[in-house]
Amino acid sequence: MSVDEKTVRRVARLARIKVKDEDVPQLAGELNAILAFVEQLNEVDVSGVVPMTSVVATKMKMRDDVVTDGHKPKDIIQNAPATEDDFFMVPKVVE
Amino acid sequence: MTKLTSLTIAEARAKLRAKEFSALELTDAYISSIEKSRTLNAYVVETPELARARARASDAKLAKGEGGALEGIPLGIKDLFATKGVHTQACSHILDKFQPTYESTVTANLFDAGAVMLGKLNMDEFAMGSSNETSYYGPVANPWRRKNSNATLVPGGSSGGSAAAVAAHICAGATATDTGGSIRQPAALTGTVGIKPTYGRCSRWGIVAFASSLDQAGPIARDVRDAAIMLKAMASVDPKDTTSVDRPVPDYEAVLGKSIKGLRVGIPKEYRPEGLSSEIDALWNRGAQWLKEQGAEIVEISLPHTKYALPAYYIVAPAEASSNLARYDGVRYGLRVPGDDLIDTYERTRAAGFGREVQRRVLIGTYVLSAGYYDAYYVKAQKVRTLIKRDFDEAWNKVDVVLTPATPSAAFAPGEITDPVEMYLNDVFTVTVNMAGLPGIAVPAGFSEQGLPLGLQLIGKPFDEETLFQTAFAIEQAAGKFTAPQWW
Repeated sequence: MSVDEKTVRRVARLARIKVKDEDVPQLAGELNAILAFVEQLNEVDVSGVVPMTSVVATKMKMRDDVVTDGHKPKDIIQNAPATEDDFFMVPKVVE
Repeated sequence: MTKLTSLTIAEARAKLRAKEFSALELTDAYISSIEKSRTLNAYVVETPELARARARASDAKLAKGEGGALEGIPLGIKDLFATKGVHTQACSHILDKFQPTYESTVTANLFDAGAVMLGKLNMDEFAMGSSNETSYYGPVANPWRRKNSNATLVPGGSSGGSAAAVAAHICAGATATDTGGSIRQPAALTGTVGIKPTYGRCSRWGIVAFASSLDQAGPIARDVRDAAIMLKAMASVDPKDTTSVDRPVPDYEAVLGKSIKGLRVGIPKEYRPEGLSSEIDALWNRGAQWLKEQGAEIVEISLPHTKYALPAYYIVAPAEASSNLARYDGVRYGLRVPGDDLIDTYERTRAAGFGREVQRRVLIGTYVLSAGYYDAYYVKAQKVRTLIKRDFDEAWNKVDVVLTPATPSAAFAPGEITDPVEMYLNDVFTVTVNMAGLPGIAVPAGFSEQGLPLGLQLIGKPFDEETLFQTAFAIEQAAGKFTAPQWW
């Protein structure tokens, strides 16, 4: 599988990263080099193998379904670039 | 009189308790060394006033004969750990001015044990790198240089600041994290000891996430004993991280010096790839010989899927990273670059805030998780991961511990490796351990022909860090300790 410039633009859009036009060819080359490197995995027979979900065999922990934290809006917005009245501020999204 | 900063944690601990000097004197000695060592660029933020306040509190406890296991010991903290009210940016531009309102569990454990934080340590951006060259705050200089050379070398990565600071004696020990080798590779390149414990041994809560199924915290220290002391204080079960494991943390120091007679040490043939440098090969043989002389039994083993660990890692790690790094959107914290609308704001912010390597990995991760490719890449890689773990499960029937080189080479020069895939090969010996969730320790074992430290790696069974410390201590006894001659 190889990545063309159109795919780089599509993936960059999905990843929400603005890519400059002049950077697209080089990125395509680098992504293809990484994908070529991982192609080696095609040599491995994985039929009947279960995908790894947890490296350490543990039972999923359960806890009581109760509120353990909260009521700290000031803490939550403290590091935000733009806020108003304990809300995050973003550019207008509805007309 | 010995310089206070040349004492190990164990030595300083004894002398603090004996009141030979105060925690404040020890902290001041480190603060002054840090000021004289800025050329290394190991610290991105120094917190001398906080450190002095904490040292005074330690002195009050020590005066009453109280205090924890690390009372008054000055440490450096990797910038990946959330430290309340103090710069925490994973050395990325996108987390500009971020100061958490909470403390990571690992640093909270260390401070509960009495440790003093000297500042935050440099690292590769979001822990993505093997040379500390991807940091927004610039590269770190390795305290080690080649014989008869003034050329600066990299300290390895991603915990390059941690490793350099420990090697340069500008902290007594440091926290670090390891996703594919980020504790063990820089430790090996700086003549220090670094252990990545079993997945789940330390809580990941409050550590900026890179690849959640691989990330683990651990210490970098000057010797095996100090690493044992630090890991004991860092490890805990934590209700805030469901993958942290509820089992007692042993007293790792207690096993140091215990005989390794009868210990079965595995030598995996797959770790001797074609083109392995002769000095690494010789180092490995010498390490095995030392263990044999102390009564261990050397056993040839096979871990057939070793060569697939790195390619599988370069699917799993970027995939998880692309998901974890989705939160940096310019809305809730850090940098915001205004755009025409919300989407444009996201895109401009992430383009300006993430460095080149981080962008590359987010794009690869996004690609392998995108519609139509998920099974071919991610699921396949997770199946290969099962096979890698199975290799080790079978090996544990024959051996108690596995001995390998830690890195394929000694420290290299900045700019020497520009090809991303070639840089990834630095982790070829360490990455299997993360894929299988096992503990691994890097311990310095000799010098390259050019006078640079080289390390060996020991890999253990899940939660058998004790055997790693015991065996690493045996290697350290034979190899001696490594101190960089000061030039900075």
